[in-house]
Amino acid sequence: MTLSLLLELFLAAILVGGGLFALVGSYGLLRLPLPMQRLHAPTKATTIGVGAALLVSALDMLPQGVVSWQELLITIFLLLTAPISALFLAKTLLLRNEDPASLPDTGTGKPWATLTEETKTG
Amino acid sequence: MILTYALTFMIGCICLSLFLNLVRLFTAPTVTDRILTLDTMTVNALALVVLYGIWAGTGLYLEAAILLALTSFVGTVAYCKYLLRGSIIE
Repeated sequence: MTLSLLLELFLAAILVGGGLFALVGSYGLLRLPLPMQRLHAPTKATTIGVGAALLVSALDMLPQGVVSWQELLITIFLLLTAPISALFLAKTLLLRNEDPASLPDTGTGKPWATLTEETKTG
Repeated sequence: MILTYALTFMIGCICLSLFLNLVRLFTAPTVTDRILTLDTMTVNALALVVLYGIWAGTGLYLEAAILLALTSFVGTVAYCKYLLRGSIIE
């Protein structure tokens, strides 16, 4: 059992796991019943799936002594932007689809910022 | 050798994910779902590009992956901003 074979097994396991994660994310987007629940599946599971592909791409040439750092850039960018787009989509959902009476209390004494008049009319 | 099989498996998974996203895109109940599906589709396409880069053995395709990530994020935020405020740049 050489070291490069161990690395290859490790990378193969990451690839299979990442593929399953990406599949679960897209299947959840299709199957989950409520709009807010549908926000969960792609923003988390699909990001992990892509992260697995990028990790394998970075460590692919390790037996030759080469590690490419370009993947790190994409991974950091994706991990930074996925929560921001999820937040924006949640705000849009709040504004467009929810009945204001059905929302829970914010716990700060103020109403939901997305639904107040000055932010809505802009 | 085993890495090639795993690569083929993941490419199959991503292709199936893209097909499921396409189904969702045409049957989406709300506008927000459509934006979310478009975002997910771009991320899946990015994964496909990265996997092809591993397959071909070059780092050249990562530039395309960076561009896809950038445009997908800016596009999602612009769509949401338009729905939230009625304009993108105020």
